[in-house]
Amino acid sequence: MSKQNSIPAVTDAKKISRRSFFQRLIFALAGLMTAAVGIPLVGFIFRPLFKKPPSVWRPVGKIDSFKIGETVAVTFLQSSPLPWAGVTAKTAAWLRRESTDNFTAFSTSCTHLGCPVRWRSEAQLFMCPCHGGVYDKDGSVAAGPPPLPLPRYPTRVTKDQVEILVTL
Amino acid sequence: MVEKIYQWLEDRTGLISLIGKVAKHPVPSGARWWYVFGSATLCAFIIQVASGIALALYYIPSADEAYVTLQTITQSTTFGAFARALHYYGASAMVLMVGIHMAQVFLQGSYKFPREMNWLTGVLLLGFTLLMGFTGQILRWDQNAVWTAVVAAKQASRAPLVGGWLSTLILGGPTVGGSTLSRIFVVHVFLIPALVFAFVGLHLLLVLRHGISEPPQPGKKVNPQTYRKEYEAALKKDGVPFWPDAIWRDMVFAAAMTIGIVILAFVFGPPELGHPPDPSLIDANPRPDWYLIWYFAVLALLPHGIENFFMIFAPLFAGILLILFPFISNHGERSPSRRPWAVAVVIMVVVMIGAFWLAGVKSDWSPNFDPKPLSVEVIGADSGPIFKGAHLFEVKGCLNCHLIEGDGGRRGPDLSEVGDKLSANQMLLLISNGAPNMPSYASTLTPTEIDEIIAFLRSRHSRVK
Repeated sequence: MSKQNSIPAVTDAKKISRRSFFQRLIFALAGLMTAAVGIPLVGFIFRPLFKKPPSVWRPVGKIDSFKIGETVAVTFLQSSPLPWAGVTAKTAAWLRRESTDNFTAFSTSCTHLGCPVRWRSEAQLFMCPCHGGVYDKDGSVAAGPPPLPLPRYPTRVTKDQVEILVTL
Repeated sequence: MVEKIYQWLEDRTGLISLIGKVAKHPVPSGARWWYVFGSATLCAFIIQVASGIALALYYIPSADEAYVTLQTITQSTTFGAFARALHYYGASAMVLMVGIHMAQVFLQGSYKFPREMNWLTGVLLLGFTLLMGFTGQILRWDQNAVWTAVVAAKQASRAPLVGGWLSTLILGGPTVGGSTLSRIFVVHVFLIPALVFAFVGLHLLLVLRHGISEPPQPGKKVNPQTYRKEYEAALKKDGVPFWPDAIWRDMVFAAAMTIGIVILAFVFGPPELGHPPDPSLIDANPRPDWYLIWYFAVLALLPHGIENFFMIFAPLFAGILLILFPFISNHGERSPSRRPWAVAVVIMVVVMIGAFWLAGVKSDWSPNFDPKPLSVEVIGADSGPIFKGAHLFEVKGCLNCHLIEGDGGRRGPDLSEVGDKLSANQMLLLISNGAPNMPSYASTLTPTEIDEIIAFLRSRHSRVK
């Protein structure tokens, strides 16, 4: 009786072992498939995090077209726009001619929440329409919620052409 | 023949009897008009799916072409404007209904045992609904949408450690561009709807599993040890089949809501398309759609020092609190009359959101960039220091933020009667040094100009004699 009982016990142990193997195999294959499909796709989706845009000098106008002491809006292309970007490839900056060959370019985005700031020439202030942030003509915070001054773009003058270094 | 097909389908799928069983499951007989908001939310979602599929047949999710396709849909496609309007008012209804449904569940304590998971999935569905609304506004790819995407990314960038990554992922790069719209489109059309479908399914499954909560009665407490037996006994005693005894009310309310949405869509049309999505057009004034205006106001009125903390942790805290609610207290009284704090919480939330919403609509903190020039009658002079001061008040930006006789901005105090309130010295100090929300003018105004502005302001008196 005990002999008869012992035979199925061994068989059960073998079956459990086979089942345990299959279970592990299923999980391993599921993991393999997920990794094979998922890793390249995750890399594709998160590509913008690892792709640093190039730095490109963009011309924004002839030096003679800017008056000393004046701040004007200039538009230019992003550094590496996608072919289907259309008008969204364009961006803008506030450009101030400080002296004969010295320019300062400010970002148009408020440091509070990114809304586009407007230049009030007679008041010599940048004002944000969203939450009332105000910046002085040098981009420093004059009033309101902005936590930081307006960011600046590097500028240079090459062959009478004013250029802005774009890394967007 | 029909009978044979019916039998064959039932034999092979079992669906017909399953649907019948689900439709006729017993519900508490007292479940009346308070219970229609959940199904109304589902109805609004179905309207969104239908109108969304229709719009997707024409809409091209390309940064270059989306604006043109929206113009075409609106202006020259049969029922195109209606489809857009339907999608907009459907979204509004969905936000409204999910909010009311949640308030009702909270007030009646329906989130308590054994329906904790119903509540949790509902909280997630509320989050998905708001996310759908926000991403939908960006798909309206005009100037406002572009800057709204920038604002969203800027907010995300305030998160500690991962802020930069989040911002880049939202925009698909360091700034708004060709990748932005595609990403928002995928989130709005594939990712969140898939989650909504999954969680609506789970939510309904849980409703069937635990049954519709019976109307609360004062003094009848939820005891997890005995609740299920009591609920079953009550259903056996006076339960009614969901179809048609209960669902007719859902249908009546959903039909009224749908007709309301259709009428609004026909009468008021779709939300206006703004200027093209050109980020170099900086004459923009981005605003969220109505259901997020209150949050826009919160961000404007926050004390400056706690913004970073608030922007990230307040939504996180609110979400976690909502999720944890049934786990903090899942038993006891359900009746609102015995839970005054629950009533107080709902009233407080509604009043707070309402107050911030009104503030957001008015947006008094925004400078008025196009104020009406001050007339000679308002100035009270046509030459001399007062007149010159009034001119300077206009051109130096003071009128952008201050009211004079009803004209100007509301960012700062109304100065129509400031001559009665401040001395010349006090004015000089304020103009020269500025204030937390007012820039210093010491370096941009000459002493003579400051004197002229003060002369103008000193002439502002109450007209009431």
